[in-house]
Amino acid sequence: MNLNELTITQASAGLKSRKFSSVELTQACLNRIAERNEKINAFITVCDELALGEAKKADEMIARGVGGPLTGIPFAVKDAICTAGVRSTGAAKILDNYIAPYDATVIRKIREQGGVLIGKNNCDTFGHGSSNENSMYGPVKNPHDLTKVAGGSSGGSAAAVADNMCIYAIAEDTGGSIRYPASLCGVVGLRPSFGRNSRYGIMPMASSFDTVGPITKSVADTALVMQTMAGSDPKDATSVTAPVPEYSQELTKPIAGLRVGVPQEYFAASGMDKEVADLTKAKISALEKLGCKIVEVSLPYTKYAIAVYYILVPSEDSSNLARLDGIRYGVRASEKDLYDIYCQSRAAGFPEEVKRRILIGTYALSAGYYDAYYKKAAKVRTLIIKDFTEAFKEVDVLITPTSPFPAFGLGEKANDPLALYLADVMVGPAAVAGIPAISVPAGKTKSGLPVGVQIIGSRLNESVVLRVGHALSLRA
Amino acid sequence: MPISLDEVRKIAALARIELTPAEETRHAATISAVLDYMKILNEVDTKNVSPTYQVTGLTNVFRSDTPEASAIVNKLVDLMPVTGSGELVVPAVFKIG
Repeated sequence: MNLNELTITQASAGLKSRKFSSVELTQACLNRIAERNEKINAFITVCDELALGEAKKADEMIARGVGGPLTGIPFAVKDAICTAGVRSTGAAKILDNYIAPYDATVIRKIREQGGVLIGKNNCDTFGHGSSNENSMYGPVKNPHDLTKVAGGSSGGSAAAVADNMCIYAIAEDTGGSIRYPASLCGVVGLRPSFGRNSRYGIMPMASSFDTVGPITKSVADTALVMQTMAGSDPKDATSVTAPVPEYSQELTKPIAGLRVGVPQEYFAASGMDKEVADLTKAKISALEKLGCKIVEVSLPYTKYAIAVYYILVPSEDSSNLARLDGIRYGVRASEKDLYDIYCQSRAAGFPEEVKRRILIGTYALSAGYYDAYYKKAAKVRTLIIKDFTEAFKEVDVLITPTSPFPAFGLGEKANDPLALYLADVMVGPAAVAGIPAISVPAGKTKSGLPVGVQIIGSRLNESVVLRVGHALSLRA
Repeated sequence: MPISLDEVRKIAALARIELTPAEETRHAATISAVLDYMKILNEVDTKNVSPTYQVTGLTNVFRSDTPEASAIVNKLVDLMPVTGSGELVVPAVFKIG
């Protein structure tokens, strides 16, 4: 096995026992990037020199016996997350020249532990997309089939992990952006509960939805990364002070006796691929064999989640993205007057999908439409949350497919934004409710495309989600 | 309810984004389709339902407002598109005379 193919758990053990150094491990990932990135386009920026320098320091930390499980491990970061001293574009030309002056809190925690930042991942610009075709730096291709999409918005992160260009990645999930590409690329992706991890330094899309979490090769790795990332932050007033459990210990608890809910609405979704349904059902049977109790549940407001999501998120988006105006940082596209600076900088600096979302949000928030769209959606959001609250009285977790279909062809849905929005039908509801959900690999279709299943838990209950995901992946 | 080209232009002006005529046409069509889909929400009776604006339940999260020295002031200035004497430069906001 090549070093770049290792999980965090394996790599960390190898580093501690001096089988190899962080410099060697990092070089193996950089070699893989050099060999494959041109085809896959998973990275916007690769930090060769910086990474090798950080790896050397990590080797010194390991020699001194300090650090933690992430010390010396090369990781990649979605480009919509700020990394000090490294270009952070959000895949937008308006930030083409933006060198972040500070680390996002979650990145700072990892780098302080001696994590090795290897590069910045391509994504749909500012997270706007489900296929990673809305990046101003070109689409990301699926490593399992280069004619297919990697999924979005964190497509570069999922593809980089799946193709062993890094050991793990940190990405962002507003409405499925971690889970969806993780499922299409055959890796593990966790959306933590809203507020579990600090959002400080994450380029904001929708401030009541955005979360930051790991994409990894195993659920055990997800637990390790979450242990370092999680916790409240004075710089993010929406981060929660609830105690952070020992996730790695939680993983080893038995799952026999857990009640697993199968929400019928998810399986009745139109356009559901038969192979996806079959692979999901096989995982449900596997859980039953492991001693879980399978319970049919109903979440009647599921079908409204996408409409709620695509009103509330563009609304929050249109407000958040107002800061990108060519004045204080980024690319200024005019010097005529202020109005022209705003209009030209945003015209040149945003791709069409970002403009569309801002326009939808501006419309939904404007006088005369606010009650009909924004307020209505905010009320239905309450009902979707209630659906989950009721379900979690009966069950410990819910299991669903992550995507109704496997990776689709590049360009196949490019001219139909609504069709792409509907791809989020499985991942949207948990985001609307702010609850944790993980996507773990469930196998492959006959044509060799990965399929993921999603485990959803109650608010702040990442532990049970990880535990069930871990049991499933061991049985894969 | 389809939105017209004029409405697209009005929203774009509010959002401070200059659109090309081709973009205006595409946005009118795609946003109309999206808004049409949103009608599904009218099926839901929300008469006695309170809106949810955030999911944490946190209220009044305060911290003391104490000044801190910032180590990144120079970096922030370096990121500015146009500077003069270490400060941000923008075109004049008011016309003189």
